[in-house]
Amino acid sequence: MDDKLKNEDPELLKEFQAKIDAEMKIEPKDYMPEAYRQHLIRQISQHAHSEVIGMQPEGNWITRCPSIRAKKILMAKIQDEGGHGLYLYSAAETLGVSRDQYLRWLHEGKAKYASVFNYSALNWADIGAIGWLVDGAAIVNQVSLQRTSYGPYSRAMVKICKEESFHQRQGYEIMVSMAQGTAEQKEMAQDALNRWWYPSLMMFGPHDGDSPRSSLAMQWKIKRETNDELRQKFIDKTVPQAEFLGLTVPDENCKFNEATGHYDWTDIDWDEFWATIKGFGPNNKRRLKHHQQVHDEGQWVREASIAYGKKKNKKEVA
Amino acid sequence: MKKDLYNFAIRMGDTSWILSHRLCELCSFGPFLEEDLAMTNVGLDHIGQAEEWLNYACELSDEDVDADFLAYRRKEKEYRNVQLVEYPNDDFAYVITRQFYLDVYNYLLYTKLTQSKDATFAAIAQKSLKEVKYHLRHSSNWMVRLGDGTEESHERVQNAVDDLWFYTGDLFVMPESEQNLAKEGIIPNLADLEADWEKMVLEVFEKAGINKPSYEVLASGSFDGQHTEYLGFMLCEMQYLPNKYQDAKW
Repeated sequence: MDDKLKNEDPELLKEFQAKIDAEMKIEPKDYMPEAYRQHLIRQISQHAHSEVIGMQPEGNWITRCPSIRAKKILMAKIQDEGGHGLYLYSAAETLGVSRDQYLRWLHEGKAKYASVFNYSALNWADIGAIGWLVDGAAIVNQVSLQRTSYGPYSRAMVKICKEESFHQRQGYEIMVSMAQGTAEQKEMAQDALNRWWYPSLMMFGPHDGDSPRSSLAMQWKIKRETNDELRQKFIDKTVPQAEFLGLTVPDENCKFNEATGHYDWTDIDWDEFWATIKGFGPNNKRRLKHHQQVHDEGQWVREASIAYGKKKNKKEVA
Repeated sequence: MKKDLYNFAIRMGDTSWILSHRLCELCSFGPFLEEDLAMTNVGLDHIGQAEEWLNYACELSDEDVDADFLAYRRKEKEYRNVQLVEYPNDDFAYVITRQFYLDVYNYLLYTKLTQSKDATFAAIAQKSLKEVKYHLRHSSNWMVRLGDGTEESHERVQNAVDDLWFYTGDLFVMPESEQNLAKEGIIPNLADLEADWEKMVLEVFEKAGINKPSYEVLASGSFDGQHTEYLGFMLCEMQYLPNKYQDAKW
């Protein structure tokens, strides 16, 4: 037996696994092994933090949207991402940890968020590329997570997936107008693709063999498909979209392989991957500092709201 | 008359457009996530209102322009928004107070405009009023929460109330163009709104324990394109892409 399960009641554990195998959802008040709970605490909060930190790179362009329509769409999109953060914090709170605690762990560096948001959004086409590639990669992952075994997480993912597919389309729409626009716009589009391609591939995580927590997560159907399976799905779906745009994926080995039925591709620079995860990406410090600073600056507002609520309750009781 | 209608449509459109820009700057800066989303919501409503007014202004214009042109390509002096909405997001108290002053104004103005003799003005007002009522509820509640919250929040909101009061005189100035429209029953007499505005504002101040600012000298001139020093910087950012890549379509 896995070491993490040695304190669990074997009978309960057996029933738990039987439920999972029968595709029944686990709900907050049901028995669950501590390792399952811990895995979800980590994964759902990481997911929630990613939605919220992800508001920053796109927010970087919000004051510079080039048309009324673009501005409306980007604001609504970033607002959706914040809303996803809310669903996910709520789902994560069903595991017995408060949102405040999750935020503390984030600020203390104990909780992570998707590393891809540590990259910079440098030109307007990046807003397109983030929607198309980053949201596109997220969808591949999230479609699979709609069937995850934990009920609140699964239900949050169903809602989120509906909005994410809009996001991907809005991103692709920007890419289309940039790729079909002036020479300068096309150059921006290619530049954005060059910079966001590999970070998007990295979003699926390490190769299956190097992913330490994958096996229990698969057994418990928290994860339904492996990192490498999902990554290949994304590549197969996305390369033809790039071709349609007349843009080139920054990988000369990326070609369709008749024998496998998949696109071949050059492996990720794993040193960069691990460096970014460890805090040495272009914006790790800035993103976290921004979140922490805003949270600290909002302290007096939250305190005022609580103080006012207390006074009001007192008056009502009296 | 057409020019007067155009001027007023631009006035309303610019006020919403510039305010929405200030609100979009707050994205990821909210004191907590729910409020972050709420501010974006209010901002999106204002973009919607701006678009309606600017589209109508295009119909009224003698030039072949679209709403994007009006929003992005004009010179600083051609914007007719009230100065209040240019004020920066100094802190949450300023954001809320700026919003509150304008929400009360919009509530009164749009209520009157629903009776406008110009059918489009009336229709835009009808639609906007629903949103404005939400905005007003949101900002009024916050005024009271901050005023009657903690010592710190009280002090901060009182500062904001005092500083931004300066820009409220501008809301009620009636240059010739607006006077012409008022005579025709197309817009209300703005000066007449002032007493109601002050009454509503003071009611909320009283609930919040906020003191009415004591000075009377107020800014004006936005009707003639007199702006604060802040607007130029906002336009630099907002107009960056259309200015830099003039042939591009986005």
